[in-house]
Amino acid sequence: MTQQDILNGLAQIVNEIAGVPIDDVQPDKSFINDLDVDSLAMVEIATAAEDTFGVRIPDDDLKDLRTVGDAVSYIEKAGVAA
Amino acid sequence: MIAPDPLRHARITALGEHRPAGVLTNNDLAGRGVDTTDEWIRNRTGIARRHIAAADETVITMAAEASAKALAAAGLDPRDIDLLVLATCTMRNPIPGGAARVASAIGAGGIGAFDLNAACGGFCYALSVAADAVRTGSADRVLVVGSEKLTDWLDWDDRGTCILFGDGAAAAIVEASDEPGIGPVAWGSDGLGADLVSVPVDDWAIRMDGPAVFRWATTQLAPVAHRACKLAGVDVADLDAFVPHQANLRIVDALVRALKLPDRVVVARDIADTGNTSAASVPLALSRLVAAGDVPSGGQALLLAFGAGLTYAGQVIRIP
Repeated sequence: MTQQDILNGLAQIVNEIAGVPIDDVQPDKSFINDLDVDSLAMVEIATAAEDTFGVRIPDDDLKDLRTVGDAVSYIEKAGVAA
Repeated sequence: MIAPDPLRHARITALGEHRPAGVLTNNDLAGRGVDTTDEWIRNRTGIARRHIAAADETVITMAAEASAKALAAAGLDPRDIDLLVLATCTMRNPIPGGAARVASAIGAGGIGAFDLNAACGGFCYALSVAADAVRTGSADRVLVVGSEKLTDWLDWDDRGTCILFGDGAAAAIVEASDEPGIGPVAWGSDGLGADLVSVPVDDWAIRMDGPAVFRWATTQLAPVAHRACKLAGVDVADLDAFVPHQANLRIVDALVRALKLPDRVVVARDIADTGNTSAASVPLALSRLVAAGDVPSGGQALLLAFGAGLTYAGQVIRIP
């Protein structure tokens, strides 16, 4: 799965859970500051991403995923590890 | 030894509630010096205000108030009750339990009475125990009460936790019936999550890992709801109402999505005015729906309670 595939899948999830337009979900965007995604929505996005990408995103790691790009990289690495 | 009547079922015949007169809005909290805002609390929890017990209101007095109202609603005399189960986790002292004093306070002194602590999951556990007592002939009429004074256990400097909780009590009367009115319970626990919500040893207030609890509730409980429906032989889509524990509106909404509940199913959202009242939350929320005429008498409601322990329990009931 390419980074673009992950980004597309993640954008879909962020759209469904937080109502953010898909095109706004770009790697340089901060979830909290730019996309107005709060900590609880982040948990829901993480659990949806776990199902979609077959990875584990523990709460401790989730706190470090500040931008969309952080999440894409994390999922890419976790996917390789899995 | 004789066997109980195999055709004997149990159902809830009446409800009673006690919401303390004291009300604390989100702005009141901010005014008290809690570092928060009305907007932040509403967005993250759906809570606008919560009832706060007065100094002389206790788990026991609130339980007695709710019980008396349930008795009045059922047209029963206190002496008609032969078992009282008090679901609570906020008694100030561990010994003795409060159930016997509630029974005495309402004029039903002498009956079987005990406390049940499954924290926020408590009411559905207690309801199951009551239904089984009626089915087996151990009791004819049971008062099941959820009563909590959570404000005794809140640290007003812990802004992630103190904003969530309120005080209150609600009671249900469980009686024998010809038709099934309380389905088999789907229950369980996870002691590995004991630290997620607790009053830690050597601490005095409730502490909570909010994101971890939120993740647990939004990922692990939908299957419990499905199991409860399956045990009762009811399709989720055929429910008339869904009454989940009122922990956080975001959890309620996530459960509704996960269960794919049709829009016609009435969902309890009592939390906006009540906050999280632990073992009192499910009966308070049910009581409000019934009192408002939002749900049909005799309709089927799925109750689902969950919380510290971790514990969870759910069952389908006929609405009184």
